[in-house]
Amino acid sequence: MKIFKVISTITLIVTALIIILPLCMMLGGSFMGEDEIIQSIGKIYGLSKAEVHWRIIPQYPTFQAFIELLLDTPQFFVMFWNSCKQALLGVLIQLLVSVPAAWSFARFRFRGKKIIFMIYIILMILPFQVTMVSSYLVLDKFKIMNSHLAIIVPIVFSTFPVFIMERFFKAIPKSIIEAARIDGANELQIFFYVGIPIGLPGIISAGVLSFLEAWNAIEAPLTFLKDKSLWPLSLYLPSISIDNLGLAMVSSVIVMLPAILIFLFGQRYLEKGIVASGIKE
Amino acid sequence: MKKIQKREFTAWLFLLPSFVGTLIFTLIPFGDVIRRSFLDAMGNQFVGVLNYKNVLQNGAFQLAIKNTARFVVTCIPLLLLLSLILCILIVGRKKHGDFFKATYLFPMAIPVASVVLLWRVIFDKSGLINEFLLSFNMQPVDFMNTSKAFYVLVFSYIWKNTGYDMVLWLAGLNGIPTSLYEAASIDGANGWQKFKYITLPGLRSTLYITLVLSLINSFKVFREVYLVAGDYPNNSIYMLQHLFNNWFLSMDIQKMSAAAVMLAVTFLLLILLLSWLEKRWEGDYKKKRRLTHKNENI
Repeated sequence: MKIFKVISTITLIVTALIIILPLCMMLGGSFMGEDEIIQSIGKIYGLSKAEVHWRIIPQYPTFQAFIELLLDTPQFFVMFWNSCKQALLGVLIQLLVSVPAAWSFARFRFRGKKIIFMIYIILMILPFQVTMVSSYLVLDKFKIMNSHLAIIVPIVFSTFPVFIMERFFKAIPKSIIEAARIDGANELQIFFYVGIPIGLPGIISAGVLSFLEAWNAIEAPLTFLKDKSLWPLSLYLPSISIDNLGLAMVSSVIVMLPAILIFLFGQRYLEKGIVASGIKE
Repeated sequence: MKKIQKREFTAWLFLLPSFVGTLIFTLIPFGDVIRRSFLDAMGNQFVGVLNYKNVLQNGAFQLAIKNTARFVVTCIPLLLLLSLILCILIVGRKKHGDFFKATYLFPMAIPVASVVLLWRVIFDKSGLINEFLLSFNMQPVDFMNTSKAFYVLVFSYIWKNTGYDMVLWLAGLNGIPTSLYEAASIDGANGWQKFKYITLPGLRSTLYITLVLSLINSFKVFREVYLVAGDYPNNSIYMLQHLFNNWFLSMDIQKMSAAAVMLAVTFLLLILLLSWLEKRWEGDYKKKRRLTHKNENI
């Protein structure tokens, strides 16, 4: 039994290392100078003859690449700002729309509810490829192709957060709501003073999941944004790697930062959200 | 009666912004796509299933479907098994369980774009893995530009999704009442028996939902492919999304519409099939349990 425990611990640690190592490598790489990077991985890009190797802790750590990125690369800020606009604004408006919808599904009975909720679930399940043409047609009709709105609008009307939050709202004990009603609260007051505060973990869960998804967007900006100056960082990043490896490394790390912060702050909620997504209808 | 009507009205008020948006931006356009899939390029002549036929006979479509199916069939069993094993290893640990869970979940937060550079460093013809192989006098493998690119994808998908699936499994495990295990212990069951007769049947519906969610996520692997290999990757990793992008560039709305409808139908049928299997399995399980109970009574 004891040997079993040891093997299991070793397996867990090795797996954790495999998962974390790539991230440590990126972090270390962002503090390498341009020369050291070319020394290490230049061979891949035909820039050096030295064998490819990678030190997790750089030999000559420097902020050079960070400074260069922050001072001399205006287009980086444009892309970063694009990402912020699309992901943050998208998710914020999305919550404004989908919180009341989830409340309606969780708390009311009305004709057609079952079928509408079913449609929401189906829409949530279908991959991007299925709705790509239809989204294009409608975005084109409203003349918002090739603008930030082309990315934001589909995020706003994503049905996934509605589904997640419905689970949380449904879990609120009926007695609490009844008590509020007896105290004379109307439906709007119940929603604002009972539903939102108690369902807050669900709202945060949905927000965290949506933000991570939006921050990582590739397919939608690739199809709906022709103008490269509108591209988010997630799409723009790979195209700088060849010109300037140091910059590429640092920008990779900076792109990661908001996602990591959200993860560290919201890991508990992220987990709750995943669990909620796994509760069967 | 009036009260019920008023409540229904309130419900609709809450739902309205979301529902109208979904209607305008998703449902109606998708209806239009279904309509267009039966029309010619000008959009006014009914052509029956011609567009569907064209798509099905298209070589690129067949390649993309084959690759996508191969990817799904390879990755999902691997992912489900790996995440279940990790989940079982973690579940008894009070002390470090949370630490491992957070670690495994971490890649989910990492944008694909951030690791693409690193994937190249690791998998390139002269990358880290090949340096390693060379040091053992083994043949280097060109992962990026040959059919081996497929394995880079598999690794990437599993790296990203293991934590997510593990959390789902954990939730499923926690849903199994501990009293069942206690009862089994009293009856003298060993660890393996408990796993076989309590844990596995108890994870039935978790298996179903994890399968469906993994399937959804497997369609997002295009991100990695695109960022690693661009518009025209090696044939082994040419995915449905590449095809859609290429049709999009040539504005071939007919083919895209027909393919989108077929993809939607296939997806839904697959999920219905899984759900049907799950229900049948559940029925079997209940029947068996009832039988054993009867035997005990005798």
